[in-house]
Order: sequence, then C-alpha cells, then structure tokens
Amino acid sequence: MHRATEGRTPAELLAAARGGERRAIARLLTLVERGGGAADAITGATHRLTGTAHVVGITGAPGSGKSTLTSALTTLLAEGGRRPAVVAVDPSSPLTGGAILGDRVRMEAATVAGVFVRSMATRGHGGGLALAVPGAVRVLDACGFDPVVIETVGVGQVEVDVAAAADTVVVVVTPGWGDAVQANKAGLLEVADLFVVNKADRPGASDARRDLDLMLDLTEVSGACSARRPTIVETTATKGEGVEDLLAVINTHHAVLVEGTGLEVRRACRLAAEVRARLDHLLGEAAGQALAEAGPVVGETPVETARRLAGRILGAGDTR
Amino acid sequence: MEVRNKGAAPIRVVLAKLGLDGHDRGLKVVARILRDAGMEVVYLGLRQTTGTIVDAVEQEDADVVGISMHNAGHLTLAPLIVAALADAGLGDVPVVIGGVVPDEDLDELAAAGVGAVLGPGASAVEVVASVRGVVDAGVRASGN
Repeated sequence: MHRATEGRTPAELLAAARGGERRAIARLLTLVERGGGAADAITGATHRLTGTAHVVGITGAPGSGKSTLTSALTTLLAEGGRRPAVVAVDPSSPLTGGAILGDRVRMEAATVAGVFVRSMATRGHGGGLALAVPGAVRVLDACGFDPVVIETVGVGQVEVDVAAAADTVVVVVTPGWGDAVQANKAGLLEVADLFVVNKADRPGASDARRDLDLMLDLTEVSGACSARRPTIVETTATKGEGVEDLLAVINTHHAVLVEGTGLEVRRACRLAAEVRARLDHLLGEAAGQALAEAGPVVGETPVETARRLAGRILGAGDTR
Repeated sequence: MEVRNKGAAPIRVVLAKLGLDGHDRGLKVVARILRDAGMEVVYLGLRQTTGTIVDAVEQEDADVVGISMHNAGHLTLAPLIVAALADAGLGDVPVVIGGVVPDEDLDELAAAGVGAVLGPGASAVEVVASVRGVVDAGVRASGN
C-alpha cells in the first residue's frame, strides 16, 4: 500500500515500535495480519522478546458487554500506570471478506486514557479469533505492552480458541443468558478461569450467578476441575461498577499462575495450539488448491475423492 | 473459507462523525456499503474528536478515513481533521467527507486537502469507487 512506513524493513519497524512509535507498531500488526514473508520475519524477530505480558482473553456472547468491559478494565490499568493494549476481533463476511469492526465504539475511554487498541477481522478463521492474533499479541508484548487483552468475536458455545491464546480467560455472561442446564453444556464455560456477570444492575443477575455456581459445584463433584474454582464477579461495565474487583481477581489469577507451574504449562499449550492453527491453515489451503485442480469429479464417492486428494497433498512434500 | 483474492489485503477504513452531530444514519449506511464491498470498516460512530480519530487511524493503520458531516460544519471541521492527521505524521492518509455539502464548497474542501466528497445523492457504487479512488491515488503518489 501507500505507506511511508512501507519502505522500512520489519527489523527497522520493530526497532521503531519498541522505541514507542505507534505507527510502526500499527504497521507491524498489519504485516502480521497479512501473513507471508514479512509476517514470518516479524515472528522470528519478536519470538525471543516475548513472554513478559500477561495475556487476558475476554469472551462471551454478542452484546454481553465485552468491549465496554475491556474499555473499563484497560482504562483502570492505564490510570494505574500500566501499559495495556487491546486486540479486538470482529467477524469477516464469509461472502465478501468485508467486516464492520465496531469495538472502538465502546472503547473511547480507553483510547483517551492512551490504551493502544487494534481491531482485527477474523478473515475467514473460525474459533472466535483471527489467525494472526498470536502474532499480534507477540508484537504488542515485544513492544512492552502489559497486559495484552484479547477480546474475541461474540461467541456461542464452541468458539474456545481464546483458551489457547490467553493466560487468563474471562467469560462474560449477562442476566437472562440461560439456565442451569445451559450452564452445564460443554464448551465455552469449561475454559473459563473466571466469570463475569455483566449488566449486573439488571434483573436476574443473582440467578445467573447461582446457575454458574451450581455448574461449578458439579464440576467439583465430577472431578473435572484440575485448577482453581473460577471466581464469579458481578459488574456493570457502563458505570464502571465491579471493574476494580474484576481487575483484582485477574491479577490474583496471574499471580497464582506465576507462583506455580501454571504459566509455563499454559504457554507450552499456547505454542502447540498456534502450530496446530498454522498447520490447519496450510493444509486447508492445500486442500482448496487440490480441489480446484481436480475439477468436477465423476465416478467416485465424495469420500474416495477426498482420500485420493489427501494422498496427493500429503505426498506432495514441501507445502512452504 | 477464504474468499478474497490471495495477496489482496482488504482496504481498512475508519468511519466517524466529528463533533456534536447526531445524524449517524448515513454513516451506518456507508459502513454497510463498504463492508459489502469487501473492506474492513473500523466504525467509531458519534461524537468523536480529532484526537480519537487520529488515534484510531494510527493504531488501526487505516488506508483512508471517512468523516460524516450533516451540521454545516464541514468548512470548519474538515480542515481541522486534515491538519490533525498531518500533525500526527498521518498526512498521507486520505480524508473523504460525506454528508450535506453544497457544491460551492467543493473547491474549498479540495484546497484544504480533502480527498473526495460524497453528497446526499451518492450511490453505493459511487461511494465504493470514491473510497477506492483516493486509496489508489495515494498508492500511485508514493510510487509503489
């Protein structure tokens, strides 16, 4: 594109970004998002510079208040002398590739407080995050931001990528979100390190809290819990109520991870998950290409065709 | 599900209303038009300041910024946002103004550094062409 910064190499951009030049940071994030050689170079350069930032994931249903909560939380952090950054993900259209990235609408306070906010479209990636999120977190970590908050797309029940991308996963629910049966369904709720009942000034907040508590009781009964029982915090993000409590609980979770082996375990899982996502992406591209080259298939079942093409892909050697 | 052309990164556009002007219907329509044209629209919405817009353009690495004005403030506000971007070292990011702008003001806006103006009658095709046009012109001007 037309950027003055385009003339700089990734290494030069990284040096400027680590010196605090915001446009260089933004440019690095763009390159990471686009993928390819420049993204690989940035990953190579930032990989050894990372590991300092506490990565917090905030996830929940559309309209549950993730952006407002993220804004209130990061504003509080910035006012307390920390240097938070946000990666806010919204969905891309599967039809046109376009996206409305609307998280900044709720993040004006954070912007004014100096928080670095970057919106990111999923660009075809499922799971509630964009493929480039780990790379973006790495850039922000290397540039000295701490914590880095990842806000997922509005999720349903199965988009749990954030669990593999963050040190601390916050699941946001609202009054009326579901009942005790919903709370026991598999998926999103299982990956929470802590819960927020947001919009707690609305009727039904205590019911939501009770249903979560009952679900957590059953988790203990069934022995499925390996870690601490998630804390439940009630917030009204629009008024800032409960946000200090939430921050305290997030910090406690981090402290426990750091004291034990939790952080190392999580980060090893995070790297494995990133490798897996990349692998899926590469194989998916190869599959699309093989399918396009194969053209219309006659005289074979879909399973036979798939097996034949898979054999061709896996025998093809270097997928770059 | 990869539907974009490989290697063609979507245009990133920041859309905002600057100042005290509550008429955001047009901006929402434009956001939708640009989304459906395959662009990534960072939507800021109502009551933005030059500061919040500049922050967004910088942090989002926007290719272009669109400001909607329906309060007859364009001759005051458009030069302000152009200057604020230039002060922040973002003078290469083109500004498109949309809204109610009389024809006799177009020359003055162009002289102030506004890349394009979209009036009330602009069609979806014109909106997309205009935004693509100023981005492409910027690419050509920088020689790459």
